[in-house]
Amino acid sequence: MWRDTLLVAGKDLRIEARSRVALSQVVPFGVVALVLFAFALGPDRTRMAAGAPGLFWLAVLFCAVLAVQRSVAVESVDGARDGLRLSGLDPAGLFLGKASAIAAQLIVLEVVLGVGVVLLYGARITTPWLIVASCLLGTLGLAATGTLYGALSAGLRVRETLLPFLLLPIAAPVLLAGTRIWQAGMAGGTAADGSQWLRLLVVFDAVYLALGVVVYGPIQESA
Amino acid sequence: MAPPDPSPPAVFLRHAVALSGRFPLLTGVDLTVARGETVLIEGPNGAGKTSLLRVCAGLVPLSSGRVAVFGLDPVRQSNGVRRRIGLLSHASHLYDDLSVRENIRFAVRAAGGEVARIEDACARLGLTGRLAKTTAAKLSAGQRRRVALAVLVARWPELWLLDEPHAGLDASARSVLNSLVADAAASGASVVIASHEPEFVGSLATRAVTVTGGRVTAERRIAAAPAEPRDQPPAALVARADGVPGGRVAHVA
Repeated sequence: MWRDTLLVAGKDLRIEARSRVALSQVVPFGVVALVLFAFALGPDRTRMAAGAPGLFWLAVLFCAVLAVQRSVAVESVDGARDGLRLSGLDPAGLFLGKASAIAAQLIVLEVVLGVGVVLLYGARITTPWLIVASCLLGTLGLAATGTLYGALSAGLRVRETLLPFLLLPIAAPVLLAGTRIWQAGMAGGTAADGSQWLRLLVVFDAVYLALGVVVYGPIQESA
Repeated sequence: MAPPDPSPPAVFLRHAVALSGRFPLLTGVDLTVARGETVLIEGPNGAGKTSLLRVCAGLVPLSSGRVAVFGLDPVRQSNGVRRRIGLLSHASHLYDDLSVRENIRFAVRAAGGEVARIEDACARLGLTGRLAKTTAAKLSAGQRRRVALAVLVARWPELWLLDEPHAGLDASARSVLNSLVADAAASGASVVIASHEPEFVGSLATRAVTVTGGRVTAERRIAAAPAEPRDQPPAALVARADGVPGGRVAHVA
C-alpha cells in the first residue's frame, strides 16, 4: 500500500510540477480572495485582524475545491482512470497517494495565505505551534474528504458543480475548528482554548482517512 | 465434488449479459479462449466487441451469466486478474503533462511490472531519443497508441486484450504490432483482438468469432499464418529488442 501511495503521489506532484496549475492559478486565486475579503471588511485593521482566522480558512477551503477538481480532472483525460483501475494498484494506496499530493499543494498554499493574513490583515500570531498544528490537521482532513468526494463525483458529467456542493458542507468542521484554533493562537487567545478543537480535527481526520482507505476502491469501480 | 480445473481457460463467458443503464451491451455471449490461443473478434461498429473486452478486463460487470479470466471473476477478484491482463483500448491512458518515458514508467510500475524492460519496449516501438522525452500532449494519435503498446510490451501480460489495435497506426507501426502479437502468442500468452478491419489482422489469429448485436453469431477457423507479417518497413529501419520476453528483431518506423 505504501509503495502505491508514493507512486501515485509522485505521479500527481510531477504532473503539478509540469503544469503548474496550483502554483499559477490556485495560489493566486487564494491571494485574490484574501484581498477581496479585505476590501469587503473595509480599512479597519482591528476588524480585519479579528476576521483573519475565518477568512484564512475560507480561502483555503475554496482553493481546496479547486485542487481537488484538478486532481480529478487529471484522471478524466484519455481514460486515465480506467488505466489506474486496470493497473491493479491497491485502492487504499491510490486514495492515500492522491490525498497526499493534494495535501502537499495545500500546505504550500497555506504558507502563502498565512503570510498574506499577517501582512494584509495585521494578524498577530502568539502561539505558532497551534497555527502549524491546525494547518497540518486541517489540510489532512480537507485532502481526505476532497479525494473521497472527488472520486464520488468523478464519473459524472456535472462533477465540476457537484463537487463543491458535496465537499463544502462536509468540510465545514475543518473551517470551524481551524478558525477557532487560529483565534486561540492569535493575540488574546490561549492554547487551552484551541486544544479541544485540535482534538476535533484529529477525530475528523481519522474518520475520513479510515473511510477513504476502506471505500475508495468500491467508489472507484462504480464511478 | 469435482476437483477445480488446474488450468482454466484464459477467457470463459457463458450467457454473458451486460447492460449500460437499460442499453444492452452484451446479450448472451458464449466464448472460450484457450491459453496460448489468438482469437479475432470481428463485427460491425456497435456490435459489442469493445464491451466484450471490457467485461473480460473487469471494467464492466455482468448483469447475468458468467465470466471467468484464468478461472477468476474479473470484478470480484480483480486483484488476481488485472495484473495478468493488458488492455489496449481506444483510450491510451496517458497523462498529457508527463513525457512518454514517464508515462510508460508509471504504468509499468503501477502494474507491478519490471522497469528493466522499459528500454527494450521503447526501442521496439520506436519511442527513443527526443520522442521519449516528449510530453504526451504533443503526440499524435498513432504515437499515443505506440506508447500504450510499449506499456503492454514492457509488462508482457498473460492475456492481451487488443481493441481495434491497428486504428491510427501507419503501415510500419502495424507491422510492429503484428510481430508483437505473433511473439506474444509464441511466448504462450493468449491474445484477443477486436477489430472491424480483419484484413489488418491477417492470419495472426487462429480463430475468428463474429459478434453482432451483443452476441456471438458465427465462428470460423483461420488458415496458418504466413511467414512474414504484412506492411514490412524498409530493411534499414530495424532495431533489436533482445531483452523483451519473446523478443526478436523488430521493425520500427
